[in-house]
Amino acid sequence: MSQLPASVAITGIAGNLGRKLARVLHGETRVIGFDRRPLRDRPKDVEHHQLDIRKARVEDVFRRNRIEAIAHLGLKHDPRDDRAEAHSFNVAGTQKLLDIATRHGVKKVLLLSSANVYGPAPGNPNFLPEETPLLGAARLPGYRDLIEVDMYVQSFMWRHPEIETVILRPVNIIGPTVRNASSNYLRLERPITVLGFDPMIQVIHEEDVCRAIALALRPGIRGVYNVTGAGEVPLSAALRELGREPVPLPHFLVRPFVRALYDARLSSYPSGEIDYIQYLCAVDGSRFARDAGWSPRYSIRDTLRSVLAPR
Amino acid sequence: MAGLGDEIQERLRRWTMELGGPGTRERLQKLTPPRNEYGVDPYGFDVDFMQAAVAPVLWLYRKYFRVQAFGLENVPNEGPVLIVGNHSGQLPFDAVMVETACLVDKDPPRAVRALVDKWVPTLPFVSTLFARCGQVVGTPENCRRLLSAGEAMLVFPEGTRGLNKPFSRRYQLQDFGLGFMRLALENGVPVVPVGVVGAEEQAPAILDIQPLARMFSFPHFPITPTGLPFPLPVRYRIHFGEPMRFTGRADDEDAVLERKVARVRDAVAGLLARGLADREHVFW
Repeated sequence: MSQLPASVAITGIAGNLGRKLARVLHGETRVIGFDRRPLRDRPKDVEHHQLDIRKARVEDVFRRNRIEAIAHLGLKHDPRDDRAEAHSFNVAGTQKLLDIATRHGVKKVLLLSSANVYGPAPGNPNFLPEETPLLGAARLPGYRDLIEVDMYVQSFMWRHPEIETVILRPVNIIGPTVRNASSNYLRLERPITVLGFDPMIQVIHEEDVCRAIALALRPGIRGVYNVTGAGEVPLSAALRELGREPVPLPHFLVRPFVRALYDARLSSYPSGEIDYIQYLCAVDGSRFARDAGWSPRYSIRDTLRSVLAPR
Repeated sequence: MAGLGDEIQERLRRWTMELGGPGTRERLQKLTPPRNEYGVDPYGFDVDFMQAAVAPVLWLYRKYFRVQAFGLENVPNEGPVLIVGNHSGQLPFDAVMVETACLVDKDPPRAVRALVDKWVPTLPFVSTLFARCGQVVGTPENCRRLLSAGEAMLVFPEGTRGLNKPFSRRYQLQDFGLGFMRLALENGVPVVPVGVVGAEEQAPAILDIQPLARMFSFPHFPITPTGLPFPLPVRYRIHFGEPMRFTGRADDEDAVLERKVARVRDAVAGLLARGLADREHVFW
């Protein structure tokens, strides 16, 4: 197995997944973090820069250190964030970061995108390949930034063939520490479901995602990859596994109801999220398995149960 | 699974075995699709659930439509195959009956996957029921994947043009789509033609009210004498023809493929003619 790059910059290192990734990588390579937030429980050998990635000082860090690879995790997803500010942070931030990468000898750029960028739809094939158009923002504007960043990095890939660029699109990341829409949904005691609909869902454990990132950071891997966990499970079986008591609502009522909850600030789910529990948005992960030798360590059951663990 | 209690499922499974006749349990045990710790394959097919859910279907098959299936030995026991038939009857009972024939009157049984229209996943309960019984949306990606996994698929190249045609055009095959032939050529897969006689008379459509269809975003909105497209107790006769093999390029021009598709269409028409000639009465 080829070696990890000698130094890796992680954006969004103070997030739950960023901290986990830093812990996976720090023994094997030099880790330099960027985040606007402070980094709690920082391992001693991890260097942290509490900075907005749009700031000019970021480039100075690249001047002073030989950074071989960038793992770009620091995108804002919260639907309640100020849209204009989040858009600038996500899109302009990514552009600035990649621009710096081209000037300072970075050999590898990795973007953590998401399999949800394809978007759920009744006509979806059961396993979406990487070539599928990214339509996730059709009913969920919150994905617009991620899709734009994903497309920008795709164009960066062919404009800079000298840099190995990787886009990873993992399925729903869940685990004891991550707090994203899908893991929080599985934490609800009485989650809303759509009456009569039970799509197959895919989940991946947060530690498996970190292992997948570490794998993709090694030299030789480039391109766009879906990253899957141990398999597919009906949503109802996942909820039963966790002992949940679903509240099924008819499909013609569920969106107005969820929208009302969101507007009243009683829930953080925009109504567009309902598509993900009504229709298929599952991906084919065979390309990453073939090119990078990827296989997840966590079974579906252990992955699902990990949301029950205390932080 | 899919909202049915364990006890109801067990009772339905017993009914399935009873209706299927002696040896049904042993035959159905030969079905071993891949399954994970939640009892489903990657497409959501749940073979245990299917054996329960098939009970009412089997009642229709044995007692209501009293299906006679001929030539089931033409369906290969293993390996990829495209079963291509005529589509009729307003509601797709013909698909269900062809699949049931391959399940209970064939030894070893085959779980056939029908390709469903992409509006099926928008229907509550139906979407889940179909998925747990192994049906998939008919996208080219799904077909390629399933055929390369050696599965049997049921295709109606007439689509809803055939399913929802008016009674006056019964047993007149509508235009066949070319997609199935491209798949057969691409994957070197045999085509088994099938002719279904009976479904045409189960729900004669007098009218197709397009504005209502648009309102409910259904492909068609047929009006039948019973008001609903609920089927009459017609007798089904299903004839499976000999496997046909085709060679050539999958991305040939439409005109070239149309000639190959016409051979399949003729084969289906021949099976229909045979079924119609044999039958003495619509209802028995």
